[in-house]
Amino acid sequence: MTIEEGASAVAAAGAPRQGPRTGRVNPSRWLALGFLAPALVLLGAIVVYPIVFTVIRSFFDAAGTRFIGVGNYTNMFTDSQTLVSLRNTVIWVIVAPTVVTALGLVFAVLTERIRWSSAFKLIVFMPMAVSFLASGVIFRLVYQQSPDAGVANAVIVSVHDAFAPPSPYPEAHPRPAKSGLTAQKTAGGTAYVTTSAVRPGQTALLPLVGMKDTDLPAGAKTAAAARAAPGAVTGTVWLDFTRGGGGTLGRPDRTEKGMPQMTMEAVSGGRTVATTTSRDDGTFTFSGLKPGAYRLRLTADNFAPPFGGVTWLGPTLITPAIIGAYVWVWAGFAMVLIAAGLAAIPREALEAARVDGATEWQVFRRVTMPLLAPVLTVVFVTLAINVLKIFDLVFIIAPGSVQADASVLALDMWRDSFGGGNDYGLGSAVSVVLFVLVVPAMIMNIRRFRREQE
Amino acid sequence: MLLNKTKLTAVAGLGALLLASTACGGGGGGGGGAKTGTALKGTTIEVAAKWTGQEQKNFQAVLDAFHNKTGATMKYASTGEDTDAYLGPRIEGGNPPDVAVLPQPGLLQQYVQKKALKPLDASVVAQLDQHYSTYWKDLGSVDGKTYGVLIKAAQKSVIWYGTQAFSDAGVQPPATWNDLVGKTAQTLSDAGTPPFSMCAGSGWTLTDLFENVYLSQAGPAKYDQLATHKIPWTDPSVADALKSMAQIFDPKKNFMLDGPKGAIQTDFPTCVTKAFGQNKAAMVIEADFVGAALADTKAKAGTDVKTFPFPKVGATAPVVLGGDIAVAMKQSKGATEFIKYLATPEAAEVWAKPGGYLSPNKDVPVSAYPDAISKQLAQAILSAGDNVRYDLSDMAPAAFGATEGKGEWKDLQDFLSNPSDVKGTQAKLEADAKKAYKG
Repeated sequence: MTIEEGASAVAAAGAPRQGPRTGRVNPSRWLALGFLAPALVLLGAIVVYPIVFTVIRSFFDAAGTRFIGVGNYTNMFTDSQTLVSLRNTVIWVIVAPTVVTALGLVFAVLTERIRWSSAFKLIVFMPMAVSFLASGVIFRLVYQQSPDAGVANAVIVSVHDAFAPPSPYPEAHPRPAKSGLTAQKTAGGTAYVTTSAVRPGQTALLPLVGMKDTDLPAGAKTAAAARAAPGAVTGTVWLDFTRGGGGTLGRPDRTEKGMPQMTMEAVSGGRTVATTTSRDDGTFTFSGLKPGAYRLRLTADNFAPPFGGVTWLGPTLITPAIIGAYVWVWAGFAMVLIAAGLAAIPREALEAARVDGATEWQVFRRVTMPLLAPVLTVVFVTLAINVLKIFDLVFIIAPGSVQADASVLALDMWRDSFGGGNDYGLGSAVSVVLFVLVVPAMIMNIRRFRREQE
Repeated sequence: MLLNKTKLTAVAGLGALLLASTACGGGGGGGGGAKTGTALKGTTIEVAAKWTGQEQKNFQAVLDAFHNKTGATMKYASTGEDTDAYLGPRIEGGNPPDVAVLPQPGLLQQYVQKKALKPLDASVVAQLDQHYSTYWKDLGSVDGKTYGVLIKAAQKSVIWYGTQAFSDAGVQPPATWNDLVGKTAQTLSDAGTPPFSMCAGSGWTLTDLFENVYLSQAGPAKYDQLATHKIPWTDPSVADALKSMAQIFDPKKNFMLDGPKGAIQTDFPTCVTKAFGQNKAAMVIEADFVGAALADTKAKAGTDVKTFPFPKVGATAPVVLGGDIAVAMKQSKGATEFIKYLATPEAAEVWAKPGGYLSPNKDVPVSAYPDAISKQLAQAILSAGDNVRYDLSDMAPAAFGATEGKGEWKDLQDFLSNPSDVKGTQAKLEADAKKAYKG
């Protein structure tokens, strides 16, 4: 369906038709046929012949030489991939037209009331001018996982981080061996605990690695060895990696920097007895401890992995994500058609309802909606037909690794015939099924046109 | 309604015409050289290949050289990324190009079955015997008849690394796989640089990794058996290779940039940009053509980014090649002569001059290549001699080895997300392979 067809359908739905034709002013049948002939030949060559050939081809094998009856069809419906595509197609057909029509209705009704409605309509309609391919490329970027690249996640992550600031050392961790620290699972994530106990008056060294010294918080100073103090546990937590290699493992070297603002706890008998944070040179002091053995714990909130946003392009969210892109493209189309329908509604009916004391909501529900129903149906059915053959957005937005999860019938058809499958028989079978699925919507549309013409 | 539709079709037809004319416009001989040959004057040879942009320009130099030599008019047609989607309909329509360059031997076999290819003339086969090892000749042959010549090789046994990341961490290029996934990767990770920028969004990069590990670990003999599906994917040797790969994928080790979820969404060449454009990771495990992808970044190959050979996992270092195979689709003198020319060291040297090209031809000297990295890559091919192998996934039926979101690509991507499931991955690979090899 093209926009023009849709628009003419709206015109048909909105304006009352002129009376039935009278007399014989039409040209003779042969003359009519003569004028129609070029169009008919073209239609036959580029519409009817391909359909018939595709149906025939679907009963042959990949090479096109052997008749295999319904083999391709049984193959298709026993293949789990087709079932996934079928499921996705159903989701698409139900969700996408509904959302687009609803949004279009909202926009159309609202723009009737605002001042700059033309400008607003223009903006909403603008995506229609962008090709599906370009929209696909745009949304592939929008949905990127990394907040640096994908605007969707950039928004989500900045909102999230505004409420829950990210941890200072998401990537830091002790060396796997001989660091004196072990990982401990806590409610808040992974914390690191010393393997041996320290007593007041002793010092502890807590070496971590796994991040660049340039990524340390501003103000980090060269790591210093802590001085022992009576009645207190002191120590240093620092980045134990010398740039370019070298340095003594497990000792704060001159070139290594302390890790400031590290939250840590002294634990005794499973209970936290003191809390402190490290200074700019990585040193820390637990003062006022009773004599006894303590373990030091670097709490999990220091190391919480950064909030990465939503995995839009993962296997679970991919179809909703692509539908989002589709809505972006088509909302304007629905809006324009529905707005045209709205304009054709007789004002008197609305005024009469208002004079009779109906609320705005009642006017909308009881008067606008019923009068608009034919237009909404046209929009919905047009979109449903359009969605059945959705291909480009899925092909471009879904990364290769989830293309199977995102696949729809039209994409399957292409993949079976050209995109590696190289089986024109199977591809034809898929397209025949697709054709069969479109037919009911087509019949519905044609019937409606007929009804209106009568 | 009807009027609308016919108008539309007319526009569409016009569009197709325009498209066709621009496609043809890309060809054309290189103009009259100083002393143009006349042996094939008046013949037009249409060559279809996937190259565009710079790669097309480089190939055009070869076409021009042949034009100057013989006087034949050369027409180049670009097939786009998906060669079969372009050639398939042309074959069905009975209008194939004279010569086509196929990106996979799997396609060659399919086309032979469709009877779309013409066997090469004895004189071309003689040329092959002289300049190529028998492995390459067998690769282009079906049932004892030779159909294709490997004219351009992609060297896939190479790892690219950022010199800054390596010197910051104080590590050297490793010589063995155990060093690579052990000391080297761990030190890089300790230094705060994720060791590997994976391109797992493009499934073929994972099959390349698998092939290198497998060829080195299981040896060329097993490799050939697996390539022809004589041994199943449930073979213990496959399990070993997968376990080796899992040393990179292990989520506990944090060896992959952006973790498994990020890796699986990163396609080639985005992974190259991430590693060497944004300096977020230290290494990219992919073929020589990473060099071309570097053009999108500020990094310079040879100084900022260097290569080391894929380290040996088993007894020997692997050399896996991908590459493009020239075939004749029409029985014509022009096609024969052109393919014969492509098989000569002379053509390879013309092609090698601007860079970005490697020849599998054993008589092309290392000195023919313009820069240090391609010299190093070419040397590896020459020294590996008969142990060089062709990309395994490209030899498999396309439904298994070369389809987005299907077969080996998909199974290895799933394995990256769940590297503890070696058994399940093998079972899936075998099931997919069975289906594809049967069909």
